[in-house]
Amino acid sequence: MTTVNRLILQNGRLLDPVTGVDEKGDLWVEDGVIVPAQKEIPENSEVYDVHGQWIVPGLIDMHVHLREPGEEYKETIKSGTRAAAAGGFTAVACMPNTTPVNDCASVTQYIINAATREGSARVYPVGAISKGSKGAGLAEYGELKQAGAVAVSDDGLPVLDSQLMRRAMQYAGSHDLLVISHSEEMALSRNGSMNEGVVSTRLGLRGIPAAAEAIMVYREIALAELTGQRIHIAHVSTGAAAELIAQAKARGVRVTAETAPHYFTLTDEAVGDYNTNTKMNPPLRTEKDRQAIRKGLQDGTLDAIATDHAPHSVLEKELEFDRAANGVIGLETSLSLSLALVRDGVIGALRMVELMSSAPARILQVEGGTIAQGNVADITVIDPEKRYVFTEDSILSKGKNSPFLDWELQGKAVLTVVGGRITHNELT
Amino acid sequence: MRVSIKNVKEAYQFKHKHILGIEQLSVADIFHILDTAISFKEISSRSIKKVPTLKGKTIINFFFEPSTRTRLSFEIAAKRMSADTFNIAASTSSATKGETLIDTARNLQAMNPDTIIVRHGSSGAPGLLARHVEASIINAGDGTHEHPSQALLDMMTVREHRGTVEGLKIAIVGDIAHSRVAHSDILGFTKLGAEVRVAGPETFMVPGLDALGARVCGSVVEAVTDADVVMALRIQRERQDDPLIPSLREYSQFYGINHNLLQKHSRPDVLVMHPGPINRGVEMNPDVADGKGSVILEQVTNGVAVRMALLYLVMGREGGRG
Repeated sequence: MTTVNRLILQNGRLLDPVTGVDEKGDLWVEDGVIVPAQKEIPENSEVYDVHGQWIVPGLIDMHVHLREPGEEYKETIKSGTRAAAAGGFTAVACMPNTTPVNDCASVTQYIINAATREGSARVYPVGAISKGSKGAGLAEYGELKQAGAVAVSDDGLPVLDSQLMRRAMQYAGSHDLLVISHSEEMALSRNGSMNEGVVSTRLGLRGIPAAAEAIMVYREIALAELTGQRIHIAHVSTGAAAELIAQAKARGVRVTAETAPHYFTLTDEAVGDYNTNTKMNPPLRTEKDRQAIRKGLQDGTLDAIATDHAPHSVLEKELEFDRAANGVIGLETSLSLSLALVRDGVIGALRMVELMSSAPARILQVEGGTIAQGNVADITVIDPEKRYVFTEDSILSKGKNSPFLDWELQGKAVLTVVGGRITHNELT
Repeated sequence: MRVSIKNVKEAYQFKHKHILGIEQLSVADIFHILDTAISFKEISSRSIKKVPTLKGKTIINFFFEPSTRTRLSFEIAAKRMSADTFNIAASTSSATKGETLIDTARNLQAMNPDTIIVRHGSSGAPGLLARHVEASIINAGDGTHEHPSQALLDMMTVREHRGTVEGLKIAIVGDIAHSRVAHSDILGFTKLGAEVRVAGPETFMVPGLDALGARVCGSVVEAVTDADVVMALRIQRERQDDPLIPSLREYSQFYGINHNLLQKHSRPDVLVMHPGPINRGVEMNPDVADGKGSVILEQVTNGVAVRMALLYLVMGREGGRG
């Protein structure tokens, strides 16, 4: 990692969903800020010819689990942000289900301090909705926000009490904090370990029906309508939920939503012979759902691509399928899998950058998401052609629990820059 | 090179190291197992019920769930073939001490068994074991996934009585969703060309039974009409986390198999089966369980023969471990 005064990227394809720019050109960075190009290249400039590559605003993953504090054997802020940088991410929002739960200013402060000290990406802590994420009583949103939290969520655990969720939306609104919902009706999903359908029956595994997601998504929409507040739906996995979100948006409800690469890439068939690296919550769904998710990314129903990066060790994964932990890593494969959507003609390049950068910045109300002059120099350079095999040895995250192990992928971040500082560099 | 059908048949070789489910077995495999079982069945009727076939082999019965008859059936099968058998039940194993299944498997492997017979509450657990040990694994029931030896003994019993399984109508009534027996029977009987019908209240059904090959019937009457075989499944007495039926009393009234039902709708020579143990008067009335068409105890007898065949085949494979 080197801090440079001046960084010059030449002959790239500049892509900026905020300004609508999609053109060939150069990008100049001085002291961490994007500046106008000059005629002469001054001395002491770090110059890269990125012909054939894309220069985009730094990617932002608004849904990751960094596991610190408390589960450092799975991931740390250091290792997680290293993985983020390698995946082209300049910022991540980390969920509060750590030990202790991030439900107070001191934990938020701890995360921010650790990220400042040893992080390779900006880290935006997400505070808990309820104290200890126990589903009763509000966490202190005012202090969380002051300490640096950008949103609140009890991710991993749905808020079962509708009145508590209503109050959370209202009180978060007063502090201009986003509420992120893990939408799951537990009575329907209890003891389930994969999507309920033909495959769960074949494997003899207890299923989680699509309705478990749709029911709770509808509740969140109804509460957003009741309170007039914002709600963000995490990891949408079903066509049914996407349809509810589309209808709500059409009515003017302040709802945004994200999905994850595994939901638009895989189906429940991927569980195969009880592969625990395909176990996550919500689970992989059917082909019909996968198509609906892709359509939602295309038509604007879904606003963002987030990974739900959830590192686990072999202790949680080399187990019987129904006893294995939920979650897969995603930071180092998200861009390649999203680029496949562009190659497949599902979305254009600008839309992909919007889903992975501009939209998360807008939803979280954080800097970045644009490469217009005067903005902070959070930049990702993407080689859309680069092919590689995603092997376990290459993974920088401490978690190796990916359903895409040994996949041949195409398209990769080759340079990641955070505030002018290079955090990942495959250019030579 | 031209190969005649006859030559192909002669060239057949049983090549499975593990018996994880009916799903993995071809029609030829199933017939080979059943034919082998028939040849072993006679041993159990001798006065000296022992052959030296598996002398010196070590077999571990590894049961994470309580079981009386399946465990005993495997043990008798092993002992009649002179293998040394050892039983581990979940309560006495390391499972309760926090050891993972893979660690337990590796420890068992270190004692060099030839075959491990596993029953486990988690679907897929025998397959997980198979990936981590050298020994052959025989699935004695995993979660709600498969119970292959039970399905094989069911097929053997039906075949003995009818000569063939092809074209028969087999009705299975009960909690299909949570039954590994039903799952394996659906796969096995349909592979052999039978029509398998399943029936029970909708709470006992799951999506995808048709994809397994079953015909899902709207009523018990529909399922048993013209049936050659009627099988009732044991109803779990308690299932507090998920209420599936209001009471056993009501279940028996609407879904219990009784003499009148079969006499009215099924073939006169209908075979009555049950994987046991029976809740008498709940899923099956005594007039049927003890009636002339009942082959429930033959199922138990055939269970020993089928398990002898499985043990012989996985350990006696040509080119197998020395």
